[in-house]
Amino acid sequence: MGLPMRDMRNRAHTISVLVDNESGVLARVIGLFSGRGYNIDSLTVAQVDRDSQLSRINIVTSGTEMVIEQIKAQLDRLVPVHRVTDLTVQGPHVAREMALVKVVSTGENRVEALRIAEAFRARVVDTNVGSFVFELTGAIDKIDAFIELMRPLGLAEVSRTGIAAIMRGAATI
Amino acid sequence: MTPDKEPSGAECLLRALKDQGVDVIFGYPGGAVLPIYDALFQQNAIRHILVRHEQAAVHAAEGYARSTGRVGVVLVTSGPGATNAVTGLVDALMDSIPIVCLTGQVPTHLIGNDAFQEADTTGITRPATKHNYLVKRGVDVARVVHDAFYVARSGRPGPVVVDLPKDILIGPAPYAPPSQAPHRSYRPVTEPDPAAIARAIDALVTARRPIVYAGGGVINAGPEAAALLTEFVHLTGFPCTNTLMGLGSFPASDPAFLGMLGMHGTYEANLAMHGCDVMFNIGARFDDRVTGRLNAFSPDSIKIHADIDPSNINKNVPVDIKIVGDAGRVLRAMLAEWRRRADAPNHAALTAWWRQIDAWRGKDSLRFTQKMAAGSVIKPQYAVQRLYEICRATGRDTFITTEVGQHQMWAAQYFKFEKPNRWMTSGGLGTMGYGLPAGMGVQVAHPDALVIDIAGEASILMNIQEMGTLAQYRLPVKIFILNNQYMGMVRQWQELLHGGRYSESYSAALPDFVKLADSFHATGLRAKTVDELDDVIHRMLAVDGPVIADIAVDPRENCFPMIPSGAAHNEMILGPEHADRAAEVTDEGLMLV
Repeated sequence: MGLPMRDMRNRAHTISVLVDNESGVLARVIGLFSGRGYNIDSLTVAQVDRDSQLSRINIVTSGTEMVIEQIKAQLDRLVPVHRVTDLTVQGPHVAREMALVKVVSTGENRVEALRIAEAFRARVVDTNVGSFVFELTGAIDKIDAFIELMRPLGLAEVSRTGIAAIMRGAATI
Repeated sequence: MTPDKEPSGAECLLRALKDQGVDVIFGYPGGAVLPIYDALFQQNAIRHILVRHEQAAVHAAEGYARSTGRVGVVLVTSGPGATNAVTGLVDALMDSIPIVCLTGQVPTHLIGNDAFQEADTTGITRPATKHNYLVKRGVDVARVVHDAFYVARSGRPGPVVVDLPKDILIGPAPYAPPSQAPHRSYRPVTEPDPAAIARAIDALVTARRPIVYAGGGVINAGPEAAALLTEFVHLTGFPCTNTLMGLGSFPASDPAFLGMLGMHGTYEANLAMHGCDVMFNIGARFDDRVTGRLNAFSPDSIKIHADIDPSNINKNVPVDIKIVGDAGRVLRAMLAEWRRRADAPNHAALTAWWRQIDAWRGKDSLRFTQKMAAGSVIKPQYAVQRLYEICRATGRDTFITTEVGQHQMWAAQYFKFEKPNRWMTSGGLGTMGYGLPAGMGVQVAHPDALVIDIAGEASILMNIQEMGTLAQYRLPVKIFILNNQYMGMVRQWQELLHGGRYSESYSAALPDFVKLADSFHATGLRAKTVDELDDVIHRMLAVDGPVIADIAVDPRENCFPMIPSGAAHNEMILGPEHADRAAEVTDEGLMLV
């Protein structure tokens, strides 16, 4: 028999956590990750239901199968946590992030930045003689790619929201 | 409180405690909790035990909880009162002990202003507790206190802090009784999945070399769970080993008992764990003291793990069959499923397995040599063994607490427990200074029982101030110090792993423990040589009051068997009595604690 076969590769997982909207709940979740040495690639939190006082936390984390299983079990035992759903395991889901990207440049670089922004369907939300602020929404890798392309063109500052995620189809968490 | 007047927060709190069945609180007053002390003064239902340090209040509540199965209650003030309690809270968290700790807080309008004796108690205790609350409105007092008790005792038990600002304690707080409705979010699974039970029994029925590895979860599940464990082991004919926390969940005198396993476990328990083909872990958590080197831990076994906390499963050791549930309910389901199977276990294989275990037992890994000539130095193992034999002969219900170190391991090895809830030791956190206050809590819960703190001379000094509490409440706790003039476990590791460089491990400038006992209104006794030992133990047990018995033991004695850090179960070091001692410590092992 011996050890069960285990996937030892690190994989990214998107986990949605429904919690009571009370003070300290985000600190509990973050403290759990830092205290136990888990990664947080992205984390967002906001109230989703005023009547039931529920907030939703979306976490992108990475680890081996055993670590991800631990993370979910540790989250689930927190008292104010109602439900932990691993969207990566549950099936197809949509994950979107918004980014504000500031590019400071002139001449050819400025024109090129605008051209790429159009290709990515980024919106110009602020413009100046020497700068743009682009607003871009999309999957994490799309935003990563956009930022990489802007880097040689005068990338000055990035502000990202972290992801909001939801299952595809009629299913809910 | 007049019937027509709305109760104050403090009165509401006490009423909630009463409705939760609280009969005793361990605490220490201060500015922020004065309203609670004022309310306590005006009632008789709840007794208050005044400790001498807040850490001791938590350990006392732990002793109370572990010896009764009920929730232990602590009351401390804000700031230093709360921070002093933190070690006790983490201790209770690691060992899954249900505690509700009420902390005072500065008034709500001063929170965040660095007020006198202000500390961010919920911030500090967040990773030190199972859950914590800051009560910001009088209307929440009763609900939060009831919630705290529910959380502390449900699922895997643990410590809960309720932080109470002073204005909330003084202001009005309408009372509400405990709610019967299910908890909003925290509803741990206690009933095991029948399919998982069936798979576990499938594996156990066909096992050739099975072992039952039972931990503190069985004790937390109540005395019925321990009785069911014994029934299961007898029905199956399997061998059973206990973790440090699980001692007493299975009778030590039972022929199926292999003793404790792990770093200082018996040869037969560790080799049976290493060589088994099916392991049934019930209420234990594959702690590093138990597993040794993980990649060599029980390499050829199917592992079944039953635990009430799903996060314990597949944490350190990947398992094949996972059962989430209360240990008692799991055992009841396992018994029923086993009885349903007509196909009995493999008797021939089981007989051969027991023959192998008996051969390992023949090693007698706890053997030691005590010279009996008058004037001979006392071996610590012998001191514990005689303490056990003499206590047993009295027929009194005996509760043992310990501090942390060599004496703790010797107590675990040589004191035999037949029943659960009789053994209180700091397992996960390893808190020196645990045993005396824990013993206080046990004695408060069991006034007529024999309560003994098996201690070391270094550990006992960490909460020695509690001698005052023993005197004030006439708590006849017996403190049995194995005095080897060293932080013995530190010294042992320095001898075995650090070339005998005994850096800072010598207990210099020790007090005269007999005089110390005397100054705290207790009885002090001393045994210097083996011929004095029995007499001191008899005299200690005969005193109707607290006693310190200072037992001078061999300062060079080490605790064996030992699985060195980073070694596997089959790489144990045996004591000097054994010719084939084996094992070297690797560089990786040296890094571990």
